[in-house]
Amino acid sequence: MSEEVNDLYTEIFMEIYSNPHNFGVLEDADLISEDSNPLCGDKINLYIKIKDNKVVEVKYNGKGCAISMVSASLLTDHIKGMSIEQLKEIKPEEVIDLLKVPVGASRIKCALLPLVVLRKALKVYSN
Amino acid sequence: MNEDFWLNLRNDFPILSQEFKGKKLVYLDNAATSQLPKPVIEALMDFYSTKNANIHRGVYSLSEIATEQYEKSRSNVASFIGANSPEEIVYVRGATEGLNLLASSLGKTMFKDKKGKIMLTMLEHHSNIVPWQFLQPNAELIYADVKEDGDLDYSFLDYIDNETKIVSITGASNVTAVFPDIKRISRKAHEMGAIVIVDGAQLIPHKAVNVKDLECDFLVFSGHKMLAPTGIGVLWGKKELLESLPPYMGGGDMIKEVHLHESTWNNVPYKFEAGTTNIAGPIGLSKAIDYLQKIGMKNIEEREKQLSKVAMEIFNREEDVKLYGTTKERGAIFSFNIGKVHSHDVSTIFDSLGIAIRAGHHCAQPLMERFNVTSMARASLYFYNTVSEVMMIEEGIKKVKKVFKV
Repeated sequence: MSEEVNDLYTEIFMEIYSNPHNFGVLEDADLISEDSNPLCGDKINLYIKIKDNKVVEVKYNGKGCAISMVSASLLTDHIKGMSIEQLKEIKPEEVIDLLKVPVGASRIKCALLPLVVLRKALKVYSN
Repeated sequence: MNEDFWLNLRNDFPILSQEFKGKKLVYLDNAATSQLPKPVIEALMDFYSTKNANIHRGVYSLSEIATEQYEKSRSNVASFIGANSPEEIVYVRGATEGLNLLASSLGKTMFKDKKGKIMLTMLEHHSNIVPWQFLQPNAELIYADVKEDGDLDYSFLDYIDNETKIVSITGASNVTAVFPDIKRISRKAHEMGAIVIVDGAQLIPHKAVNVKDLECDFLVFSGHKMLAPTGIGVLWGKKELLESLPPYMGGGDMIKEVHLHESTWNNVPYKFEAGTTNIAGPIGLSKAIDYLQKIGMKNIEEREKQLSKVAMEIFNREEDVKLYGTTKERGAIFSFNIGKVHSHDVSTIFDSLGIAIRAGHHCAQPLMERFNVTSMARASLYFYNTVSEVMMIEEGIKKVKKVFKV
């Protein structure tokens, strides 16, 4: 197996893909958002519960490639306990770093879909 | 034609001998775009090095030479598809522009103040769906269904009635590889007085086609899927039909006389070629046609059948791989999914072996929905692919299964 694919689809990565973190629905979420990637049909729904300006619970569900799904697992882990202000400051590079695998140029969009959904949720929340 | 003949041909395609990430390129995305042989690249070089000038207007030698080459190419295209005359060949950017031209121009004529139906099929590429949607609500779009094997359900023929104004249909599916029976459809459509348009983007590069055998009224295709550069395509139409259509774009070259508040139109095909068109493109396309004809379209068809047989055996052999498009007669396009693995992951893993395949919805979302998937991986072959390259599909499938534990 070539090194590169080993690098991308690592054991840890595949483990998260098979057993996603925070997968599901939050019935009493304060923030709900969804978006899809028109190129590949990846789709993510995001549910966040806020208490005292902090993320107390987060869930996501959807359908997509391994990169978008693992990215969603890791991002939802990452944002637990964050304030709204902190959520607003999450940069794309931060999400790519969370993945800890080399994401090729054509797959960046997959990796960033969860962030796009999060930003959409924040926009609605601010309004 | 023996194996050596086909292997030697590869020397004409410089791009195919490249390596990416230390792996030999295995180019299996020919339904998206094909590669250019040296004679085509050289024709473009020669044009820009020695013949480049604007056409139809310059009264000097260089412009006359450029014009002559451009028009010679039109004659070559006309005879390649069995058109009655070069005037029936309109140069466009590609099949997409050809369809947009027709939707806009025919649309103005047929649906401005009148209602009617347009018959399409679930096999269509977005380029043969979206331009027609622009004509709603006066035009009602009706879709022929697709069966599980990827072929059309021909019961749709009964729904072509005298309110059907246009039947626009693919000549070969870019997903299921089926070749719809155009003649059969044309006959029924004409019986009901409808115009028949064929999207030949996936047909013309792979089969010997004569528009008279298709019995259609219009045909569009793209140069870049048949060894020519991008940005050049063809709209063929029966001369009297082209003459009856209003222009698509206004500008230079498409007019006879321009006054402040009205203009008159040039003759066909110039009426549809506004502005300075792609001049080198047709010259490249003409050279590509020469190249294809030198090999022989029948031989190309045979070669693709040979390669397809090898691919088909792989898809029959590999478990948990679903192939979409299983008709007996089919082209060299293989759309598939492996277990529940997303096609983008499949494509990334294939890429790690040097294999370039396509992943996504293939600009055919209604067809994806028909098969209850959001995307598919797709390997598409051309005559310059080799048996060992086709065998690499199996390597790719095995690797995906290993990584994703399918």
